[in-house]
Amino acid sequence: MTIELQNISKRFGALKANDSISLTVPPGCIQGILGENGAGKSTLMKIFSGFLRPDSGELRFDGKTVRIHSPDDAIRLGIGMLHQDPLDFPPFRVIDDFILGSPGGLIPDRRRALSDFNSLSARFGFNLSAEARVASLTVGERQQLEILRLLWLGAKVLILDEPTTGISQAQKEKLFATLRTLADQGMTVFFVSHKLKDVEALCGRAAVLRQGVLAGSMERPFDKAALVRMMFGKEVKLAAKSGVPPGKKVLTVKTGALDSIRLRIKDVNLEVRAGEVVGIAGMEGSGQDLFLRACGGLVEPSGGQFCLDETETPMNGKTYHDYMRQGVAYLPAARLEKGLISGLSLAEHFTLSVKPRGTFIDKKAAATLSKARIAAFNIKGRPDSPVESLSGGNQQRALLSLLPEKASLLLVEHPTRGLDIESTIYIWGKLRERCASGTAILFISSDLDEILRYSDKVLVFFAGKVTPLIAAESLNVQKLGELIGGMGWDAFKGNGDA
Amino acid sequence: MTGDALLFGLSGVLSSSAPILFGVLGETISERAGVSNLAMNGMILLSAMGGFAASLATGSLALGFLAGAAIGAAVALVVAFASISLRQSQVAVGYVLAMLCRDLAYFLGNPIMGMPGPRLNLAPIPALSSIPILGTLLFRHDIVTYSSFLLIILSWFYMERTKPGIMLKGLGENPRAAYVRGADVNRLRYLYTVSGGAIAGLAGPIYSLSVKAGWKGTISGLDGIGWIILSITIFGGWRPFRAAMGAYFFSFLQWLGLVLQPLMPNVPSQVLQVAPFPLMILTLLLVNIGNAEWVERSLSHLPESVRRDIARVLGALNATPPAALGQPFDKDE
Repeated sequence: MTIELQNISKRFGALKANDSISLTVPPGCIQGILGENGAGKSTLMKIFSGFLRPDSGELRFDGKTVRIHSPDDAIRLGIGMLHQDPLDFPPFRVIDDFILGSPGGLIPDRRRALSDFNSLSARFGFNLSAEARVASLTVGERQQLEILRLLWLGAKVLILDEPTTGISQAQKEKLFATLRTLADQGMTVFFVSHKLKDVEALCGRAAVLRQGVLAGSMERPFDKAALVRMMFGKEVKLAAKSGVPPGKKVLTVKTGALDSIRLRIKDVNLEVRAGEVVGIAGMEGSGQDLFLRACGGLVEPSGGQFCLDETETPMNGKTYHDYMRQGVAYLPAARLEKGLISGLSLAEHFTLSVKPRGTFIDKKAAATLSKARIAAFNIKGRPDSPVESLSGGNQQRALLSLLPEKASLLLVEHPTRGLDIESTIYIWGKLRERCASGTAILFISSDLDEILRYSDKVLVFFAGKVTPLIAAESLNVQKLGELIGGMGWDAFKGNGDA
Repeated sequence: MTGDALLFGLSGVLSSSAPILFGVLGETISERAGVSNLAMNGMILLSAMGGFAASLATGSLALGFLAGAAIGAAVALVVAFASISLRQSQVAVGYVLAMLCRDLAYFLGNPIMGMPGPRLNLAPIPALSSIPILGTLLFRHDIVTYSSFLLIILSWFYMERTKPGIMLKGLGENPRAAYVRGADVNRLRYLYTVSGGAIAGLAGPIYSLSVKAGWKGTISGLDGIGWIILSITIFGGWRPFRAAMGAYFFSFLQWLGLVLQPLMPNVPSQVLQVAPFPLMILTLLLVNIGNAEWVERSLSHLPESVRRDIARVLGALNATPPAALGQPFDKDE
């Protein structure tokens, strides 16, 4: 199906989210839609998939004007959208999730649905069990389920909104292979992303949105520098490694052991020194999150010693507050759920973050403080903006700005998950500044490039097993990917071997 | 106790569970769609009084039940309107309505208090009722008890085996996803809240026309049952069969209280009457204890094989509420 978007405009109050955007995409094409957060990508795709109605402009399929009033209309016209947060039902069985929303009578034809599901699944080499609970699947598998469902409903156009956030390298490759197969069969694929690298790897064409306007488009082979200029309207450079010489020990773990109902980690030994950046890699649920929280006193280790300074006094049995007093700070992945307090404004957060002097709020001091912090961290928001109204990148900046000025060890979960390039660079710039002043950083990421680019040393988790610290220079994406998948572990016998 | 007395007792447990079942399953339907109707306690009192009054005035039992369902539906409509259309707190609206309806029931019921009225007759099923043991247990009841058996099966079948039923669960789990799959979320939530209310509303006349026939105002002994129904809904994990088990368990405890009274003369009778309520809460706690982190942590010290089994049992018992319970839905957010 040839898709034409003609002069699509959409306003939200004073904000022009989409300003007269036109785009024609032939069948069999994988069209990348690039742009930083807030560029209008999501609005355009929501219009396309029936969530929003444009103020003006029209959609044409094979030359015919169509009106889409709801997502339900969209799928009947053959447009399927894969949302960034999987729109599925975690407690359901896979097959029930698959069936829900399909046309037909009162009683679903389970046998047919099941055989269709299995044959579709086999066609793409997906390994999904129809009887498993959706909640037990990884994000990547939930995407696979949703793709199968949309294909089953007869989607001829597939829109994917930031699909590579939160899935593993292997799953990403599988997803790309699937999309290529679909495009070869004549399907049109819209791949919405802020990750230049993914668009480069997958798409035949790319259109760039900036501040609601189509800033330009390009066909393969892509001129990367030109795409970046289109995205930001200026040149952006990635930072190199910090190169801070390591200082005194800030974290020592000796024969550390952790237990949860699902996982048992044993015999972790490591030393982290001031100024070092340690990246922690592993598939989600391999124990890395547990370990990171144990380093901050948020999880009680079941054995071994966790020490925070040169004297190597074990901190076992102490609480997060004791760790905090020793200079440890923890930045959770769920920013809004665990890091910030929804409903409170930026100014209120800043007021809470400084040591309380008395019970009452000094409004004047609070105002000065918030203005200074907002300027220093380049947060797009006002002191009275509620934190939940900020974009992801600005929430992460706010979290960073709330950290105590003197920290010896930062524990960060997914520092840039879901953020655009500019925010990513900014966040890492700030983290770097910290390293230069002697803070060590321990971070978890599912983005292998991020781990390799920013860490001095790398720690890999696989099903409760842990490697010793590996120098980042000795690794590449492929080797790291293998370790995450459980291959090439023989070299590390002795550490973390259960 | 003789075998016969035990049999009759258990049979009584089944019939006195009927109104609780209607309440629990009605609430389960409503909560599955994402709306919790906390007005239950007042609603049942009002529909018990209203149902009795209607059938007293008309001489028709059917009209009595109809009135009860209508009152339940009307109260649920208020909850639905306040929470779905006005986007107000379901907890606040529910509590206020629970108190309002209770006082309304006592006030409006004054003129008919203690009056003799119609009562549903037993309808033993021919042939089946003469089967030894099972006949007495299952087939010598009145029509509402049979209906309560049927309701368990029907609501299970609807939720597990039909498309609209799967969508019902989707509404309370992830309304946005349900919307994307073609559901008119708010209209369906109205539908299920009101029909859940109508089903739960039948609990009132089942008391006043069958289980505890008549209307005796504040000494009807119905006050509080609505709250227990809400907790059994949770115990039941929002699943019909488990909810039914909870209802039967509670009635069984109540019956036990009566049976034990003559055997334990030293214990004040009030203690035995009230005991089922805290026992029920305690059960609820025990059943859902698996999701607490400290349990997980203390279990991790056990040997692997034992730990697996315990985790499996706790996991099976563990019930998670519909993820979007109590949250209003707006597609544009």
